[in-house]
Parts: sequence; C-alpha cells; structure tokens
Amino acid sequence: MKNKNTSVVIKSKKVKRSVGENIFQIVNIVLCGLLCLAILLPVLNIVFASFSDPVEVMKHQGLFLRPIKPTLVAYQYVAKNPNIVTGYMNTIFIVVVGTSLNIVLTLIGAYVLSRKNAMLVKFFTLMIVFTMYFQGGTIPFYLVVHSLKLTGKVWSLIFPVAINTFNLIVMRTAMASVPDSLPESAMIDGAGHVRTLFSIMAPLTKATIAVITLYYAVYHWNSWFNAMIFLRKKSQYPLQLILREILIQDETASTGGIDALAMASDTIKYATIVVATVPILCIYPFLQRYFVKGVMVGAVKG
Amino acid sequence: MKRKGQATVSDVTVPTVSRGYLWKKDWQRNKTLYALFIPVLVFYIVFQYGPMMGLIISFKEYKPSKGFFKSPWVGLKNFKDFFTNPFFKRVLLNTIKISVTNLIFSFPMPIILALLISELRSKAYSRIVQTISYIPHFISIVVIVSIMMDLTSRDGAIVSFLSHFGFKKVTMLNEPKYFLPLYVISGIWQNIGWNSIIYLSALLAIDAELYEAAKIDGAGKFRQLTSVTLPCLLPTIVVMLILQVGKSFNVGYEKILLMYNPLTYEVADVISTYVYREGLLNMNWSYSTAVGLFNSVVSFALVWATNKISQKVSGSGLW
Repeated sequence: MKNKNTSVVIKSKKVKRSVGENIFQIVNIVLCGLLCLAILLPVLNIVFASFSDPVEVMKHQGLFLRPIKPTLVAYQYVAKNPNIVTGYMNTIFIVVVGTSLNIVLTLIGAYVLSRKNAMLVKFFTLMIVFTMYFQGGTIPFYLVVHSLKLTGKVWSLIFPVAINTFNLIVMRTAMASVPDSLPESAMIDGAGHVRTLFSIMAPLTKATIAVITLYYAVYHWNSWFNAMIFLRKKSQYPLQLILREILIQDETASTGGIDALAMASDTIKYATIVVATVPILCIYPFLQRYFVKGVMVGAVKG
Repeated sequence: MKRKGQATVSDVTVPTVSRGYLWKKDWQRNKTLYALFIPVLVFYIVFQYGPMMGLIISFKEYKPSKGFFKSPWVGLKNFKDFFTNPFFKRVLLNTIKISVTNLIFSFPMPIILALLISELRSKAYSRIVQTISYIPHFISIVVIVSIMMDLTSRDGAIVSFLSHFGFKKVTMLNEPKYFLPLYVISGIWQNIGWNSIIYLSALLAIDAELYEAAKIDGAGKFRQLTSVTLPCLLPTIVVMLILQVGKSFNVGYEKILLMYNPLTYEVADVISTYVYREGLLNMNWSYSTAVGLFNSVVSFALVWATNKISQKVSGSGLW
C-alpha cells in the first residue's frame, strides 16, 4: 500500500479515559494473554515432556507444565539415531547451498526488474507475475524435474525452487524504492551492473535481504514434500522427512512392546521435535523488526 | 493499450525514430543487463513454464516409454474420465467444504488480532504478544501435525481434558467428524500471528489526524472503528482476500497428506491429494495432470472473479 515513509504515530496522548475504555483495555489484555497461552502451552508441553523421565511421560495425562524428574535420556537416544544425524547434515547442506543460490538469483532478478527504463523489463515482469496465479501443477512439475535427471539427487531440492516469485517481487519493490540517481551515478563512474548491484543496491536494501534470507532458510528447513517425491535413498533424506517417518508414520504402529526403547518412544519423539525446531526459532527474534517491511502487500501489486 | 500510448508519445516527441530504432538503442544500452538476467529467465522457463507446457499431456495418453512427443493424443478423454469418476464428487465437495470453512473462520482472525494488538496501551506487552504469536509460523508442518496428533490421541491432553465433560475417549484424527475442525483450528493456531503483521502495518499507516477529526466530531471508540479504521483497512483486506481465494483451491494439501488416513479419506480427500495419489503413487500421469489442470483453472477463475467483484464493490483489486 502507499505507506512508505509513514512514521509510527502514537494514536492518543490523552490521559483522561472513560470507564468503558479502561474495561475494554482489561478485556483486551486478557484476550491477548489467552491467545499467548494457547500458542505457548502446546509448544512448552513438548519441550517439558522431552526433558521428563520416560516412565513419567507414559503415566502422565494432560499437559506438562514443567519437566517431571528431569533427564536427558531422550536426547541421548536422538543423538544416537543415525537417521536423525544424517538428516540434520542433509538439511544443513540444503539450507546453506539452497539459500545462497536463492539470494543470488533473487538479487539479480530483482535488480533487473527494478530497472524500469529497459524495454524488455515490462515483459519479464508480466511473465514472472503470471506464474503467481497460474501454475503447471504437481505432476508436470515432477515430470520436468524427472526429465532433467534431477530426481534422486539432492539438487532436486535446490534448483527447482531456486526462486520464489513472491520474494522476488518483495525484493524488486525494495530496489525500486532506491533513488535512481544512486545506481546511475555508479554506472557513470564506470561500475558495471554486477558491481552496481552488489556494492550499491545490496547494501541499501539489506533489511529486505535479511528478511527474504530468513524466508528462504525457513522454507528449506521446513520443507518435506519435494524431498518425499524426488528422493529415493534414506541417506539423502532431509530432517523433516525423517521426522515424518518417526513422528507421523509411526504414530499408529508404536503401540506394544515394553523394552526401554519402546517405553521411551514418546519422549524420544518430543526430543526429536525440539531438536528439529529450535535452530529456526533461535534466529527469528533477531529479524523480527524487519518483518513488517518484508510482508508488505503493496509488493504483490506488480 | 499501453503500446499505442507509447507509440504516440514517441511520435510526438521524436517524430523521425521508428520502433525498430528504439529497440536497437535499448539493446545496445541494456544488453549487459539482459545478459545478467539469463539465469533467472532460464529458471522461469524451465521450472515454471516447463510444467505449464507439460499440461499438454492431459490431452494425451502419456507413456514414459514413448516420451512427451510420441504419446498419442486422446482429446478430452482424461477430463471425461475425471468428471464421470465417482471420486469427482467427493474430492470436489471436500475441496469446496474445506476451503470455504477455512476462509470463513480463518480469514477474519488475524484482522481481529491486529485490531486488538493495536489497541494495547503497553508497547512492551504488545511486542511480547506479537513475538509469541509469530512462533508457530516457523514450526514445520510435519511438527505441527505431530503435535496435533499427540494432543488429540486417545490419551492426549486435549482428549483427557474434554473427557471430564463426558467426551468419549477416541483418537480424534481417526474420526471423520473431527477432521475439519482440527484442520481449521490448527491453521488458525499456526497463522493468526503471522498474518496479522500485514494488518498491523496497515493500521500504523492510518493518519492520526483522521482519529482526531473523528473524536472532535464526537465519535466514540466503536464509531472510530467503523468509520475510520475499517475503511482504511479495506484495501489491505481486499487484497489479502483475493490472494486467499486464489490459494483456497489448492487447500493445504501438504498438511492434509500428513493429517489424513484411510479412515478419514471420505472427508479429507481433496483434489490436490487425489492428484498426488493418482499421479505419483499410481502413475496415471495424464489423468492426474488433467485433474490438476482442472484445479488450476478453477483457482485462476476464482482469483479473476474475486478481483472483478472487489473492483466493482470496493474499487480496489489486484490489477
């Protein structure tokens, strides 16, 4: 929308408030508090249960509001599980390599699309925005990736998703808001397009770059569907696909059996969830203040 | 229309130059820029327009052994097969039911939350509420579904809590009647905070003078909401609604694939999960592509129609 450069406005500075307003304020605080509880309780339940004694976890009913007989036994099982370890490694590879490629291509694409005086740019923009509304669908997508001989390779999780159109448009909007005189004067000073992009435009739009980097990294960390349809060998599986096997496909089968491992199975599941989720939750608070910039709808209106 | 406009402008200002000359000049000036764009272009041609070309196989009887070009044409056979298939009714109705329910219950939630957060007087508290409500957005769908399974299993926390009120102890995800509520509620849980960001930023952009003027005219809080806040939010709401409608026919199939099981197929199976099973599991390539094409066309039509309606009604839209 047209909210560029609008400073944050404090709505009212009046001290006197009516009774009704005060009651509303209290109701509001309570409602927001309840929402926070509803969001936090299921999450904390998992965390506390993962640190609890497996026997207690089996007996316990209801939510865990604190760890019971704290122990790290579940995490020891998780660390010993070879699938989780390779899954972790695969996911880290995909996140690092995939996100790097994402960022380079998105920056290049955004830079070109933000050069309005080049005549082909309008056509390129139209061509790219169209893909947001109409897509070939899962099966043709699979067949294209398959015919390029990418299936069964980790690259099938990187190249086919090398650019996200929404992120590209967000990035383009950020670059278009940089005054034209800056890249132009760089070009007059003899810098080429590559140099202008990486030493003038990129530093000026680093807040947006930070946000889309987070988006891409979260996407790679959390995605599982493409891995499920493209990969064949378990040694290539990313973490989320391993998680799916442990957490969801096992869900109905894991009844019965009374050895130590079976008894700990629930606790192990909780520990697995924590191990797989914590890394991504750790980085986002640092980028939170940039979010508003990143999700501007105005960006979507090509 | 635009092309015409451009031509007249150039005719008036520099009457002697032709379009061909302009293109040549443009090419000379920008060829390095276009060269830079090649990797992006290749990505879009291969991985976006490639699958669109691949849609052609929905009019063929595609056999991997014969390849894309040599497979025989069959006209509309695959579409007829789909429309006469007993599954057609089931997946179409489920898709509509799930997406409409989701739209009605999930769509307004982030707007309400944004209004509540913006009314909080304590900035610190509002920041805490925001930070907490964003958390689920970063949790993977695999984990969300497994948390939900855990909480709603026979011995799960939610079921044992509800059993105090005479609720039967069952694994909720094996019961068709609980599928839709669980799908919608978990969706709200995951997205309410994140989707409220966009409305919060729109709320911040509203000119404070409008509120001042409304107050001077004697408007109370509620009147300010209906006469200032909501009209100012409307364009954002409309854009989000159109985008949501566009997505709605592709209902979160990744989540449904994780959530459903043969016991709940009858209520949970949607077009996109059907495409997945027919195409990637049963290898009916052409048939499943035809079903997928039907899905894409319907969602594109929905976006187009919503956009048209909103332009008529509110004067704002996507394009």
